[in-house]
Amino acid sequence: MYKYILRRLIQMIPVLLGATFIIFAMVYALPGDPTIGLCGERPCPAAFVAEFRDKHGLNDPLHVRYLTYMGNLLQGDLGTNFRDIKVVDELAQRYPVTTKLAAMAILFETVIGIIAGVLAGIRKGKFIDNLVLVSTLFVISVPVFVIGVSLQYSFGLKWPIFPATVGSDATVYRLVLPAFVLGSASIAYAARLTRTNLVENLRADYLRTAIAKGMSRPRMLGVHALRNSLIPVVTFIGADFGGLLGGAIVTERIFNIQGVGGFLFTGIRNRDPVSVVGTVTILVLVFLVVNLLVDLLYGVLDPRISHD
Amino acid sequence: MTTTETTSRRRAKTATGSEYHPQDGLLLEVEDLHVEFHTADGIAKAINGVDFSLNQGETLAILGESGSGKSVTAQAIMGILDMPPAVIPKGQIRYCGQDLLTMPAEQRRKTRGPEISMVFQDALSSLNPVFPVGWQIAEMFRIHRGMNRSDSLERAVKLMQRVQIPAAKERVKAYPHQFSGGMRQRIMIAMAIALDPAVLIADEPTTALDVTVQAQIMALLQELQEERQMGLILITHDLGVVADVADKIAVMYAGRIVERADVYDLYRQPAHPYTKGLLESIPRLDQKGQQLAAIGGLPPNLMHIPQGCAFNPRCKFAQDVCREDRPTLQLVAPGRESACHFAEEVLNG
Repeated sequence: MYKYILRRLIQMIPVLLGATFIIFAMVYALPGDPTIGLCGERPCPAAFVAEFRDKHGLNDPLHVRYLTYMGNLLQGDLGTNFRDIKVVDELAQRYPVTTKLAAMAILFETVIGIIAGVLAGIRKGKFIDNLVLVSTLFVISVPVFVIGVSLQYSFGLKWPIFPATVGSDATVYRLVLPAFVLGSASIAYAARLTRTNLVENLRADYLRTAIAKGMSRPRMLGVHALRNSLIPVVTFIGADFGGLLGGAIVTERIFNIQGVGGFLFTGIRNRDPVSVVGTVTILVLVFLVVNLLVDLLYGVLDPRISHD
Repeated sequence: MTTTETTSRRRAKTATGSEYHPQDGLLLEVEDLHVEFHTADGIAKAINGVDFSLNQGETLAILGESGSGKSVTAQAIMGILDMPPAVIPKGQIRYCGQDLLTMPAEQRRKTRGPEISMVFQDALSSLNPVFPVGWQIAEMFRIHRGMNRSDSLERAVKLMQRVQIPAAKERVKAYPHQFSGGMRQRIMIAMAIALDPAVLIADEPTTALDVTVQAQIMALLQELQEERQMGLILITHDLGVVADVADKIAVMYAGRIVERADVYDLYRQPAHPYTKGLLESIPRLDQKGQQLAAIGGLPPNLMHIPQGCAFNPRCKFAQDVCREDRPTLQLVAPGRESACHFAEEVLNG
């Protein structure tokens, strides 16, 4: 078990190196000049440009810049971006917001997704099953920005139950609508996954055994079938949480949330490798750690999986 | 376990108030049972009028090919058919005089385990993969007897010891996939006998096992049956398995019983051409090198069972009468019944 965890942690090193280098190189390769727009409508004075390029090492070749950056990273320094903001400070402010948003989306996904999936699964072929199947297909097919803007208009403006935007004060209440939008596609996937697995498990031999043992229907479903059906669903939700922690560029922009996604987007627009790579490094790390935790959880849920 | 212990346990069970009391040792009566499967392609008539009875301490073997209706009969008795597609249009299954088919669902559920229980063919898929075996056995005591976790687990360990699982105390927390096939079937059996049922149905209990393990499992079943005076219904397609264990045999074909006899009579002199064919198709060492005997043709399609005797297209004895008139089960010799127009010829030839 510990050997397994150690092996997985070591495997993260090449992944992290590869990911950071690719992102760094891609931002480097982006056309355009980062100093454009720094001085308003007119071009910046030559002296300013020269100083700016020198200060941020823009005259160095790619590998020198990458190695310098990674050297600083190893000392725990995520760097300072073109606007003289320390990336670590910015992330410290934005990450809690993103985490809160992702956690709420996952909560929606778990509760609504599993309940809908169970209802559809035990009433296979009936009205509720068709309702769940059609509505989830709809949600999966419609792009998230359409869902986001429609819900924002409906429940934020027309019938203002929730605030239409979040702004700098990201309370749980303000995040309800965006979290639902962010989780919408995942709710649909979780519901379908639960339904499929439940339907499959309801046909399993061990369920027939449970009936032959004289178990009541609620116990048969709730204990014997559901436990087995939820293993892949929990895995999916766990992996999804890792992904959602990477920020949600579209949702954050629609609802004006000061999260990681927005910072990343601004970084890309400004050709600012320090912001982008600093953020992505953290995101990749979080994603890998969450995935490791999910894999360990999988072993706990399903005794047939062994990590030895 | 000694005889006195067994008797006292039986008495104790009656004292704790089972509402079911067998009259003159008669446990189970199946009468004119019909089962159909309503599918999109049509109606498959899986069982077309089956009658039999089972006494305390008696072993009845139901023998037949795949599709003969033997497993469906077992599932109908146990009440684990998927309905729909299965429909029981006709018939009664009486347990200690009470019809299980018309009983309220909740009352019937409570018979599963304490009164009638079942051992399945494939223990690996029949045990829940995510719960420890001890938990699965203990569940019987917790749900039906309201026992707490630790007491019920203690009982589970005792049962595992009773079915001869080595190091039962240590293995009570192990999962089904950590056991061998034979051990898993023992766990299945421990679970089935946990509440000391009066009727045990074993549906091909040894089919998925090695030959050596088969013999051990059959011996265990027989031992438990004698110890607890259970009525045992043994569903199988394997003549060799039933020979030593069964008292009575019912041979099924196309959803009907075609022959019924004591085990030795049936082996010595079959009274139905189908039984005869089955016996002849057992490979024998003294016929080494010769072509294996087999019954020609295929079992009938249950959506289109042949007119007259269902076996007629495959039967060496078939005459015109067999194609028109379906023979009923008739007494052909003391204690022997056969559903064949030419039963006497088969019996004597």
